Amino acid sequence: MSDRTPALRLEGIVKTFPGVRALDGVSFDVMPGEVHALMGENGAGKSTLMKVLGGIYQPDEGRIFVGEVPAVMTSPLEAKAKGIVFIHQELSLAEELSVAENIYLGELPRKRFGLVDWARLEQQTNAILAKLRVGFDAKTRVGDLSIANQQMVEIARALTVEAKAVIFDEPTASLTDAEKVVLFDVIAGLQAQGVGIIYISHRMEEIFKITDRISVLRDGSYRGTVKTAETDEESVTQLMIGRKLDLSRNEIHHALGDVALEVRGLSCADLYTDVSFEVRRGEVLGFYGLVGAGRTEIAETLFGLRDPSAGQILLDGRDTVIRSPAAAIALGISLVPEDRKGQGLVLGMNCRDNMTLPQVDDLRAGPFVAEGAEVAIFDQYRDRLDIRTPGWKQLAGNLSGGNQQKIVIGKWLSMHPNVLIVDEPTRGIDVGSKSEIHNLIRELAAQGYAVIVISSEMPEILHVSDRIVAMYSGRIMRTFTAEEVTEDKLIQAISGLTPENVA
Amino acid sequence: MTAPTKEQVGGFLARQGIIVAFVLFMIGFSMANARFIDPDNIMGVIRSSAILGVMALGVTFVVISGNLDLSVGSMMSFSTIVVLDLHDKIGPTLAIPAMFALTLGLGAFIGFLVGYLKLNSLIVTLGMLSAIHGLTLTWSGGKNMDIADKEGTWFKVFGQGDALGIPVPILLFVLLAALLGIALAKTPFGRKVYAVGGNATAATFSGIRRARVVFICYLISAFCVATAGLIQASRSLGSQNTVGQGLELEVLAAVILGGASLLGGSGTIFKTVIGVLILGFIQNGLLLVGLQFYVQFVVTWVIIILAVWLDIAAKRGKLWSPIA
Repeated sequence: MSDRTPALRLEGIVKTFPGVRALDGVSFDVMPGEVHALMGENGAGKSTLMKVLGGIYQPDEGRIFVGEVPAVMTSPLEAKAKGIVFIHQELSLAEELSVAENIYLGELPRKRFGLVDWARLEQQTNAILAKLRVGFDAKTRVGDLSIANQQMVEIARALTVEAKAVIFDEPTASLTDAEKVVLFDVIAGLQAQGVGIIYISHRMEEIFKITDRISVLRDGSYRGTVKTAETDEESVTQLMIGRKLDLSRNEIHHALGDVALEVRGLSCADLYTDVSFEVRRGEVLGFYGLVGAGRTEIAETLFGLRDPSAGQILLDGRDTVIRSPAAAIALGISLVPEDRKGQGLVLGMNCRDNMTLPQVDDLRAGPFVAEGAEVAIFDQYRDRLDIRTPGWKQLAGNLSGGNQQKIVIGKWLSMHPNVLIVDEPTRGIDVGSKSEIHNLIRELAAQGYAVIVISSEMPEILHVSDRIVAMYSGRIMRTFTAEEVTEDKLIQAISGLTPENVA
Repeated sequence: MTAPTKEQVGGFLARQGIIVAFVLFMIGFSMANARFIDPDNIMGVIRSSAILGVMALGVTFVVISGNLDLSVGSMMSFSTIVVLDLHDKIGPTLAIPAMFALTLGLGAFIGFLVGYLKLNSLIVTLGMLSAIHGLTLTWSGGKNMDIADKEGTWFKVFGQGDALGIPVPILLFVLLAALLGIALAKTPFGRKVYAVGGNATAATFSGIRRARVVFICYLISAFCVATAGLIQASRSLGSQNTVGQGLELEVLAAVILGGASLLGGSGTIFKTVIGVLILGFIQNGLLLVGLQFYVQFVVTWVIIILAVWLDIAAKRGKLWSPIA
């Protein structure tokens, strides 16, 4: 391959955000006709890299070449014009419009007086659809198609330009096995036409089936490229996480207390069904599953944000109805939400006020807020959590992601909750703060807190949990203890295999 | 010291633009007409700003909580007409609390729609602007309202009286500003108003009852409107149905001029008072340089646009930017 010009080449791409070096000198290339896997944990920098390629972010340093030509992309439109095409995980189609209209949206063929040339539109569309060998035609309403077929429409849309490189971002996330076969056919077809393909996925099986080379990112930096035929899953995993997976550390070093929270047969409309679990004081219960498996919705129910349609919530053995976050807080339930900036913090408010917000009614001197007591609380948790800020007057929006998350955690620790729920505790946080937060979660359990951790990152969930609940499509598939869990079993459980098969 | 660059000047103007514009206005008016900085004139401006000012105090709460209140002008007409009508029917001692109760009822209704039903405050209060106008006309039968015994009633003290040598309207404005200023800056409720306006979702996730906070903000606004209506009625002892018409925009101009963001979460009572005075002095200056009274409607609009522009410019540190 080395004697040919790559379809797409990246050279030393650097992208920094305040407090985070998201990409640190990433270089790799994709040959025409090659399927190149891009792998890395969540937060490794894949999405940032794709946004740089798609013209949404400008790199601080480094260059991108399409063929032999240096390419500067300042908008998604420009990236597409240069032949870089994205097939996103989330579909962006207008459901009420036809397949043809969706494919040519914004560039519909015209007749005189600016009227749409429907005949030509249909003919062009059907020509593309024929290449993809799909079972629907140009006039079909997109809303009537299955998810897999909608994805085909996205791919068809990509093929209206002369694509040099096509990037697939987790394309099989919502496909059945039969639909995957069709997708892989389409990819093979693109390959035969000499298109370079970047394939982003967490699924090892697919990676080893269809890719030629694998490049790995970790913590924003490039960790190397290997030929798929010359490597195995274990080596790739090791590249991704930088160590061998250590599953032995989750021994329970402290005695467990009483059951703080028990949930029996809890259901919420079509979000999750018949969920039962318990968490004891001194225990970290992990919830693992794909996005949309219902984990966050369970947390929101426990925090009074959603009404369950069936089931019981027992706090310290007492049957409880939780109608609002205020009620949940009064009952000693705290939630560190997944969306730090949208749900966790008032960014335009200072650090101290953010931290004391849930208890501002209780911190009073006569009718006024006792600001001295607030500062004392802030100082205490700044020291305990090692929050780096010039002072409490600093606006929360000016802190780095890690420090922001510590403010949110401090906010809830200062309430001394009975049950602490932490949803995606380290999303978008730098590596240093990440391990600090992991250690903190373990420490809290040791101090007797009942902790629920929800995470989409397997190393994280394995690292912090005493027991792990695996969820798939709104149901609990299985609950593992730290001793019995393995990566394979966990992946199988969250992929929807039946509990019997898993065991 | 090196000369500032164009960017530095632009950034300074973006951040301090309102103050700069105000100082230029004041200098210009003083040179055009020496009476402008006469103490009597200054006292007169403050006195005539009191009604607008009292209303702006309440609207400040609503705006910081992330909502709008365009119904205050219409509601002030209602309060004025009602208290004048009831004055002769049940006597001032009962008329005043009755008027406050009715006005607070209107505020509670708006607060219910915006807070508990989560309806858009622009639509709700724009609708109430019209609905309350209709209510006022129905109450008065479309006629002007006058007190029969204009000389004998003690009711005129709120608009025309003096206490400690200070006109009562100014006294009421200062008292209410102090009270509400402390409530906003120092109490748990004030803190919650900022939190709800800054990020309603995060506030809810911190256990704050957003609906209740918004509801109370509209009650405060209605209370301020009732006080303004009391001053207005007492000053003139007779009124048209449309006495408060258009005030909602002037009030909003004063609040924004003071630096409260229309997006919510920022602003203070003190800054609103400054905004009220700026607006008052500019309108007074325009009259003194010989422009017609009607010009002020145009000028108020220009000031709103200027204030909103500078509010955005201050956030991005530039007067103009191709992207938001």
